[in-house]
Amino acid sequence: MTTTAVTPRVPGTQAAHAGFGRLLRAEWTKFRTVRGWLIAMLLAALMTAGVALLNHSTCGGTVVPGGKAITGAGCAAPPSGPGGVLVTDSFYFVRQPLAGNGSITVRMTSLTAGHGPAGLQPWSKAGIIITAGLRPGSAYAAMMVTAGHGVRMQYDYTGDIAGPPGGVSAAAPRWLRLTRSGGTVTGYESGNGTRWSLMGTVHLPALPATVQAGMFAASPGSSQSTSQTLGGSSGSGESTVATARFDHVSLTGRHPGGGWAGTAVGGPSPGTALHHAAGTVTVSGSGDLAPYVAAGGPPGTPVEQTLTGAVFGLIAVIVVAAMFMTAEYRRGLIRVTFAASPHRGRVLAAKAIVIGVVTFLAGLAGSIVAVVTGEWLLRSNGNFILPVSAFTEVRAVAGTAALLAVAAVLALALGALVRSSAVAVTAVIVAIVLPYLLAIIVLPAAAADWLLRLTPAAAFAIQQTTPAYPQVSAPYTPGNGFFPLAPWAGLAVLCGYTALAFGLAVVLVRRRDA
Amino acid sequence: MRESLSAEWVKLRTVPGTKWLLAGIVVATAALSVIADAATRCPAGGCPVDPAKTSLTGIYLGQAIVVILAATAISGEYGTGMIRVTFTAMPRRTSVLAAKAAVITGLALVAGTIAVAGCVLAGQLILPGHGFTTAHGYGALSLSDGPMLRAAAGSVLYLALIALLSLGGAAIVRDTAVAIGAVLGLLYVAPIVAAVLGNSSTARHLQQIAPMTAGLAIQATTGLRALPIAPWAGLGVLAAWAAAALLTGGVLLRLRDA
Repeated sequence: MTTTAVTPRVPGTQAAHAGFGRLLRAEWTKFRTVRGWLIAMLLAALMTAGVALLNHSTCGGTVVPGGKAITGAGCAAPPSGPGGVLVTDSFYFVRQPLAGNGSITVRMTSLTAGHGPAGLQPWSKAGIIITAGLRPGSAYAAMMVTAGHGVRMQYDYTGDIAGPPGGVSAAAPRWLRLTRSGGTVTGYESGNGTRWSLMGTVHLPALPATVQAGMFAASPGSSQSTSQTLGGSSGSGESTVATARFDHVSLTGRHPGGGWAGTAVGGPSPGTALHHAAGTVTVSGSGDLAPYVAAGGPPGTPVEQTLTGAVFGLIAVIVVAAMFMTAEYRRGLIRVTFAASPHRGRVLAAKAIVIGVVTFLAGLAGSIVAVVTGEWLLRSNGNFILPVSAFTEVRAVAGTAALLAVAAVLALALGALVRSSAVAVTAVIVAIVLPYLLAIIVLPAAAADWLLRLTPAAAFAIQQTTPAYPQVSAPYTPGNGFFPLAPWAGLAVLCGYTALAFGLAVVLVRRRDA
Repeated sequence: MRESLSAEWVKLRTVPGTKWLLAGIVVATAALSVIADAATRCPAGGCPVDPAKTSLTGIYLGQAIVVILAATAISGEYGTGMIRVTFTAMPRRTSVLAAKAAVITGLALVAGTIAVAGCVLAGQLILPGHGFTTAHGYGALSLSDGPMLRAAAGSVLYLALIALLSLGGAAIVRDTAVAIGAVLGLLYVAPIVAAVLGNSSTARHLQQIAPMTAGLAIQATTGLRALPIAPWAGLGVLAAWAAAALLTGGVLLRLRDA
């Protein structure tokens, strides 16, 4: 052995940076020269992509809870609204054309359940509406009183402005007004018809010169208590009817039509009716004006369903990442590694970067293939995929890859902490996969929500592409693909656990003998 | 065979991890069951919950530790090279595997019985206070009740079969991390995929052949007709998995160099 002059290294200098580069290369060489690990990574990508091909469900073969198969018209995608979002647009409309600017004012004196076994739903609604046309999915703004959520101003299906709470009765009527001026519609409400308060001003660029203005009633299907069973929870609906009574109806502006005419928008639905009597108008309708939510029963596949295989990929990744650390301890290689580069924290960092980047790339490739082939397969089987923005789709795909990468770093850190692959692999799988499994098929929804807030399994929220709308009652449970945390917040939970484990690993690896 | 049995028993008994793993099975199983019991309520209008399944939820977690115990019993020997000593001392490799299977099964049955007893006791103490009363049509979770006894005893058998499946798997792949990953992946991921696929026929077939969804059908005491597979048939599916893994492992042990 020859002796060379030792140059002291100052941290942060050029030499230190070159040192870290060398460390990265060393770790990358260690990773790529173990054939089993490369095969496992390839397997992780393949499994992430492959499970998407399992989904042979055809829309005609989908059985909704209650045993009824959806076929034919039930498989068609619902209409899409102004923003491209799918919508439920069916209500009873008593209308007149309104040319140019103008306003409609009514006094609403009751909102009751129409004939039918099920009563009013919290989001049963009636009031006044200005809409671009009668085609389902038209732009609109509406002032309404709901059965359980007070006065609301809603527009373009997703917009929802809360007003004063409380219902409506003959003793406590509610005055509603909508004013159209060019591309803006302004909503007002009042308790007495003299003192008006502004609810909101919305901009609807899609409104044509002549719009339809009038009164409407709608009542969504009853959503029964959700049951969590093997295969996710479900909510089945029974149609309901809302009946509203209006008087003091006045329409200002140019209205060329001959008078009020009733139309069932979105096809005939049960219990739609219109009665005129001495200055009062009674409107009964069923349906809803709301974003379409495919939770628990209605057809429609969210994009993230094609990414289920990532859970398989996750297991392969966890095994490789844990072994990437524990194999060095098993073989005693760790002593050589630490002799060559005594900065143990840097060795761990280099390992984390290598395993993180490799996993991210493998996961990204697998996720892209999964989404592309999965969507193609679902479409060719006659299913429709719930449309999402390109950004959301990219977030779900890249987020899935990030989930795998962060989980790999967690497994690496645990491997360094416990130095046993058996414990590290089991602990990470039990921490990430088991809570997700328990949340979607075993535990009741409330406990499931807590599990997906507190455990690393929260990270699966990154895959959720369709939002939960407060103005639509639906079983928003993990089993139906709705997570309690926002996508990035969920991933942040996993990142937090990983940072904690990695920090502990650095401290312990420095302190312990190798 | 008696020598191999006592040799395996001595090996397993003297490994320091074994008693912690056995304690872990009992504690983890009972703890998750208590959490599940505490989180489940049956309101006055009735509920679609099976109290037997709820009180035995801990098996989902306990089985993970059974997998560690069983897989390391053989892959640990490969990791340290001990397996060559073992096979030198006892050249009949299949009887070594059989002895390991017998010892591991015994330990899983003992730990499983204590764990399940804890789960049933927790269920009896907690669930009646959460609405699972006779007024709502629920029994007292008593083991004298036929379906409940089947669910509890079946859960113990389930853990033993999981141990055999893991032992066979570890004999096949000969590496601890890979064996545990493969077995836990098989157990945990298949039900997730089935759940995401929803009510399709693919999902139903998956639930019938996947070892965990089929095996845990033994815990069902309500809604038996809606199950993808009947309770004992489901446990039979898991037994077939375990037998196939052990058989493959045994054949590979004979064919390969240690």
